[in-house]
Amino acid sequence: MTEPLLEVRDLTVEFRSGGAWHPAVRNVDLSIAPRETLAVVGESGSGKSVTALAVMGLVPAPAGRIAAGSSIRLSGRELVGLGERELDRVRGDRVAMIFQEPMTALNPTMTVGEQVAESVRAHRGLGAQAARREALRVLDLVKVPSAARRMDDYPHQFSGGMRQRVMIAMALACHPAVLLADEPTTALDVTIQAQVLSLVEDLKREHGLGVLFITHNLGVVALIADRVAVMYAGEVVETAPAAELFETPRHPYTEALLASMPRVDRDVGALEPIQGNVPSIREIGPGCAFAPRCAHAQARCRESRPRLEPEGAARSVRCWLRTASP
Amino acid sequence: MGEFLLRRLALAVPTLLLAMTAVFLLARVVPGDPALVILGDQATQEALLALRVKLGLDRPLPAQYLDFLGGILRGDLGRSLITGKSVWAEVLAVIPYTLELTLAAIFLGVLFGVPLGVYAAVHRNALPDTLTRLFSLAGLSFPAFVSAVLLLLVFAIQLRWFPVISAPRAGDVLDHLRNLALPAANLGLIMTAYVTRVTRSSMLNVLGEDYVRTARAKGIGRRAVLWRHALRNALIPVATVVGLYLGTLIGNSVLTEIVFNRPGLGKLILGALNQRDYTLLQGLMVFFAGLIVLANAATDIAYGLIDPRVRYR
Repeated sequence: MTEPLLEVRDLTVEFRSGGAWHPAVRNVDLSIAPRETLAVVGESGSGKSVTALAVMGLVPAPAGRIAAGSSIRLSGRELVGLGERELDRVRGDRVAMIFQEPMTALNPTMTVGEQVAESVRAHRGLGAQAARREALRVLDLVKVPSAARRMDDYPHQFSGGMRQRVMIAMALACHPAVLLADEPTTALDVTIQAQVLSLVEDLKREHGLGVLFITHNLGVVALIADRVAVMYAGEVVETAPAAELFETPRHPYTEALLASMPRVDRDVGALEPIQGNVPSIREIGPGCAFAPRCAHAQARCRESRPRLEPEGAARSVRCWLRTASP
Repeated sequence: MGEFLLRRLALAVPTLLLAMTAVFLLARVVPGDPALVILGDQATQEALLALRVKLGLDRPLPAQYLDFLGGILRGDLGRSLITGKSVWAEVLAVIPYTLELTLAAIFLGVLFGVPLGVYAAVHRNALPDTLTRLFSLAGLSFPAFVSAVLLLLVFAIQLRWFPVISAPRAGDVLDHLRNLALPAANLGLIMTAYVTRVTRSSMLNVLGEDYVRTARAKGIGRRAVLWRHALRNALIPVATVVGLYLGTLIGNSVLTEIVFNRPGLGKLILGALNQRDYTLLQGLMVFFAGLIVLANAATDIAYGLIDPRVRYR
């Protein structure tokens, strides 16, 4: 197996609320290999975005912090504990992020050309002219039509899909090893969604990117993911190759998630919503976080927290029912 | 941009018309016969009548209104009852002083207020922020004439760094600045307090925006995030506030001019009031209304320069 580009070990991110620290992300393990797309799925509030922000060193301080013992390695280099200056040399250069809202994630007072060029200037030390040429090249790469003319336009003059392309151009400007995409297509029309997804796919193949793709859309997962990590209440509850996850989900939450997914070949009546809500980070008990909503929960599920145990070579699951009777 | 400018200036026309109408009506509903006030109780009926005819007060209201507007359109703001000079001449004689004072105050306000506001926002809730907020609250709570007297007491009378009465020697730039210093500091203090507050809150808003996070994710460095990405957006409300505050600033400059005994629009208005120079007052009101409408238009135009979205709308 090739050396992972990104390796997250035992990541815990806490937020202060009411005078105490509560973990929003708990003991998360993830890894991404070159040319691999890892989809992170889960409901809102499951800690997907916080995990990505932690990798970028963008956990909002002083309300949030990465707990001691967490490790985030990028191409072997530890990122946890780096100062802002050192982080600035890594982010935007070796690891880049695309945010969810293309409408608000671009600066309204700068032209898109400036916004793409500035990261090239910062990381490659290019002059204004050279950076501009490079920005044009990247905008062409992400297929912004007549980029040469449009790079002097402002974000509000672009459509949502085009803005997301600009976001991708900004992220890819310095050829990062890892791309974090936080629901990049959620705010877009379905047809535009497909274009953006296939664009990310092409770039991954051509540039050997590792992609961490955050989504709550299982249809998108089926389309693009090589592997999937399912998150629930701040924990990874199951990881598996995408096809196997859809075929044989192992964690009760994954099962429930798949059962709640609308499909053309089944009636709406066959949909099974998951009862209850994701617990808030302040009210998670000592046991399995999913136990209160789990149809198969037993006494031990409520008392102690299961670990993420490997199942075979490529899968792992965090569930007492699976580890007890393999 | 040229079209945007024209459109914005065209928008000022109805506002101006409304303001002029208000001035006209105000001057007419004020109780008392101007002619009687001017000539006094002892005046003969003939003399009163002659003055009313001279002032055009004998004609019906709509005709007076049209005369008034026509005068303004020709750029004629009337004549002072006392000196007989045109309002324009009176205004032009003193406006450089007020303009100089107001611009100096805005300059000081932006020069100190913007960095202070940014600093406070970045160190939110820490000691520097608290101190900055205290300072700006104090600056805003002080009436201009009180701070003016305090400045005079400390810097002109105790320390003798600056003259008590502004009377610069002509042609001496340094002396001129020395005379400008205290009045400008007085207004500038208020302006700084104001700009600091607005910059701080605007900056706090902007720092929470998605695009600031995007900028940080690019690894371009803290300084670029702060000054290139955040400040430019944060300045939009600041520009508005500075523009809107221009009216208040002119009002405060009136008080400041009086305390520092400085020539300017303030002293002109005070003189007109004391001498019951109605025509001069009316002309000055028209002038002020026009000034404020223009200041607002200039604000919007500054908006367009900072925020491209306004320009293209």
